[in-house]
Amino acid sequence: MFCEKAIELIKELHRMGDGQLPAFNEEGIRQVLEEMKALYQQNQSDVNEAKCEGRSELIPTIKFRHGCLFRNQRCIAAYLYDRLLRIRALRWEYGSVLPTAIRFHMCAEELQWFNQYKKSLATYMRSLGGEEGLDITQDVKPPKSLYIEVRCLKDHGEFEIDDGTVILLKKNSQHFLPRWKCEQLIRQGVLEHVVS
Amino acid sequence: MDTNSLPCRTETAFPRLGFLEKSSDTRHIPEGTKMEMPLWLAKGLYERKRRVLSVELPKVYREGWRTVFSADPTVVDLHKMGPYYYGLGSQLLHFHNPENPEIAQAVLQTFIGRFRRTMDAAQNAYNEDTSALVEPLDSLERALFKVGQNGLNAFQRWETGRASHLTASSLVLNYRKRKITDL
Repeated sequence: MFCEKAIELIKELHRMGDGQLPAFNEEGIRQVLEEMKALYQQNQSDVNEAKCEGRSELIPTIKFRHGCLFRNQRCIAAYLYDRLLRIRALRWEYGSVLPTAIRFHMCAEELQWFNQYKKSLATYMRSLGGEEGLDITQDVKPPKSLYIEVRCLKDHGEFEIDDGTVILLKKNSQHFLPRWKCEQLIRQGVLEHVVS
Repeated sequence: MDTNSLPCRTETAFPRLGFLEKSSDTRHIPEGTKMEMPLWLAKGLYERKRRVLSVELPKVYREGWRTVFSADPTVVDLHKMGPYYYGLGSQLLHFHNPENPEIAQAVLQTFIGRFRRTMDAAQNAYNEDTSALVEPLDSLERALFKVGQNGLNAFQRWETGRASHLTASSLVLNYRKRKITDL
């Protein structure tokens, strides 16, 4: 049956769940495109035959293939679009620099799109809140206090805070830091918010 | 859901597509062949005026099963039947079947009959293993159940004053889990 490869792509995304990004399935996409090309060529020759020799009994077959073509197109579009949505979510979760493991899962065009998205988001954030701009990825939950108690979950190296002091984020050390500085690190799982 | 196959009967011949029908060796699919077709294809080919193919009802939407559903919708395992009972049911209405009104009613009444239970379960199963509750649910009901559970959990977090607690994103955590299993 036609279109089985295309649905495989969709299922692959569906299996991952939770918005994780599987490796870009270039082989799968290529196979679907090839199937579409074959379908198109067969249809083209059948259309010519139907027109020139008046063989109208071919029309259902042509329609059948045409439906398959559309189906493939739809599946590929859905695959690419869903991946874009997941990549966009990554910008909000990880910040502007992605871990290399994830970057390996993206194709060249997706990386390009990610960079463009980053740029537009940055431009937008600069335009907000007067001179300095406003980081809208911060304070997604309304803050209760300016400083929070955090514990390091892994060695992260040196970290500079507003007043210029440099602290060393070592595994299992505990610090009292300005909230907006560590929010992203918490999201990335480097720090843990300690509530007493 | 789109790939669910429907039993169909072709009303015209499809020349040169014989290879799709595994049971016969002809080059063409002759008129009157019974074959399974995915929903998307049947929907694309179906036309009211020019009969290209007729679609038969899958058995869960037929009279016999409809009676079962109307007797007590809560005991049926819709996941086994479907798992897209509602979605497929509403899509079937495209095919101008004489039983359409009854199908629509059956699907609607089944949903109404089961909804209360789904909602109750979603709102009251806190910190429990929900797999037994979720198992007999249709995929639509599962989505609703998940929304309900998220709401319940968020409310409980707020009540215990943990709403402002910053946590690592679940996305990041999942990636880390995978990395460990990869090693």
